[in-house]
Amino acid sequence: MENDMAIRVEGLVKYYGKLLAVDHIHFQVKKGEVFGFLGPNGAGKTTTIRILCGLSTPSEGRAEVMGFDIQRQTTDVKAQIGVVPESSNLYDELTCLENLLFMGQLYGVAGNQRVKRAEELIQLFRLEGKRDTPFSRLSKGMKRNLTIAAALVHVPPVVFLDEPTSGLDVMNARNLRAMIRHLNQQGVTVFLTTHNIEEANLLCQRIAVIVKGKIIAVDSPEALKKSVERESMVEFAVEDPSPPTLMESIKEFDGVKTVSVKRDRFAVGFKEKPPWESFLAYLRAKGVSVTSINSIQPTLEDAFVKITGLDREIMMMEKEGKKGG
Amino acid sequence: MILSKELKAIYFISLKDIKSYYFKPPNISWGIIFPFAMALAFYLRNPIGMIDLIPGLLGMTILFGATSMEAVVITFERRMGSFERLLLAPVSLGGVLMGKIVGGAFFGFIVSTAVMVVSFLFFSFSRFNPLFLFLSLILSSLAFSTMGAFISVAVKEVFEAQTLANLFRFPMIFLSGVFIPVETLPSPVKVISYCLPLTYSVEALRNSLLVSEGVIPYWISIIFLAAFSLALYWLSVIVLRKKLE
Repeated sequence: MENDMAIRVEGLVKYYGKLLAVDHIHFQVKKGEVFGFLGPNGAGKTTTIRILCGLSTPSEGRAEVMGFDIQRQTTDVKAQIGVVPESSNLYDELTCLENLLFMGQLYGVAGNQRVKRAEELIQLFRLEGKRDTPFSRLSKGMKRNLTIAAALVHVPPVVFLDEPTSGLDVMNARNLRAMIRHLNQQGVTVFLTTHNIEEANLLCQRIAVIVKGKIIAVDSPEALKKSVERESMVEFAVEDPSPPTLMESIKEFDGVKTVSVKRDRFAVGFKEKPPWESFLAYLRAKGVSVTSINSIQPTLEDAFVKITGLDREIMMMEKEGKKGG
Repeated sequence: MILSKELKAIYFISLKDIKSYYFKPPNISWGIIFPFAMALAFYLRNPIGMIDLIPGLLGMTILFGATSMEAVVITFERRMGSFERLLLAPVSLGGVLMGKIVGGAFFGFIVSTAVMVVSFLFFSFSRFNPLFLFLSLILSSLAFSTMGAFISVAVKEVFEAQTLANLFRFPMIFLSGVFIPVETLPSPVKVISYCLPLTYSVEALRNSLLVSEGVIPYWISIIFLAAFSLALYWLSVIVLRKKLE
């Protein structure tokens, strides 16, 4: 059973001075799994990844990667992992091929295998036309691809991806997700940190939700969604621009638990079965003309909002990259 | 096995740095032209004593050659994020730092050897000892490259590294016997001179080329340069480890 685990974390704690960045976290990642680490900015995701990669030492607790202790066998851990940091950080002055060859040299890939592996990765990431182009002259998406390729030069069994699609356009983000799935199909364990709920939903077999340094849930996306199914979700559209106080008015309706709005559509979560008639009558009394209304299935975002208690709007802002931290 | 992997990584890191940073025209000119310009200024003032300036010129060439890039390269790579790539590789922190130091030391050694070869065309050195000279050049290059690395890990910004490097380098030129013999300096200044690595570098080079017995015995200079390199390397590893946390 122990051997089935690619990553084991037990009671990990990290202080930066007096600031508690990671607070006694426990989790395990199975071999061959895509494991998501989901949380808002500043939740402790990057700190955890830095500890697991040997870049930072924990204040307390222990962790193993592929059976190697992260503190006592750091070099062995590093040989087992490929890391894609949040920002693409290869050498500007080296070409795509030179960057990959240099990474191969650092990871001890044999000379005859190095060029072959670098050429394979250039092909896999569709960088054939940019083989001899310096890293500094690549587009953002290409830089991201080459950074991922660099993490795979030594064929690691575990890959850490820190906010991999952050700052990428839709097309590049989609290609990258396809690449992550492809990696996983090859048997690679993927540890993915993200604050993009949709991305975690699309890619991960299991997700750990981390808020303020604490893991508050670990489960599959489906199981997490089920946790809000007991609540009934209703979505309705309005004809006229909504009165500014409408959100507040809906929240005041008896039995309403959550409310969110996207353009002219409101999503309302009820504690129990929605009281359709009385709710519609309430809206009419507030002067709202409802054009359509239907029940909806909860999303991972709903589950996240329920589990974390975080404001949905804050998560949306983070998802769109409007909030740093 | 582990040692062999570590040594290979040190070799590849230094090779990458040499290709990427060192043998570039601005660095070569800074490493060679500046010491030559300084020596020329002193030569024009006193043409007869030029041969006595050669050890100082060599020491200065190594100092500027080894530190010109070394003093900024780690700061620069940390700012760019690429230094993290080295830290993620299965190499110890000391190994990464050693790779950086070896790159700078190699460049210092090469430019000083070039200066030495040119010097042989014009001067005949009365007490030339090739083994002593080789050892002096190697240890001086390592000492100054380690000094550059220490500056580079101690600061956050590239401009801070450049400022700090100049703060060490320029006073050293005038206090280490490059142009003015240490023995002629006032006693309080002499104390400072004996704390500076360039003093020992110049003395070791003078012992290798011109005199059999200098102000400081040859082996004392060699031991000082080796100890200085080791101490500063150890300190650099500690400072860098702390900064990375």
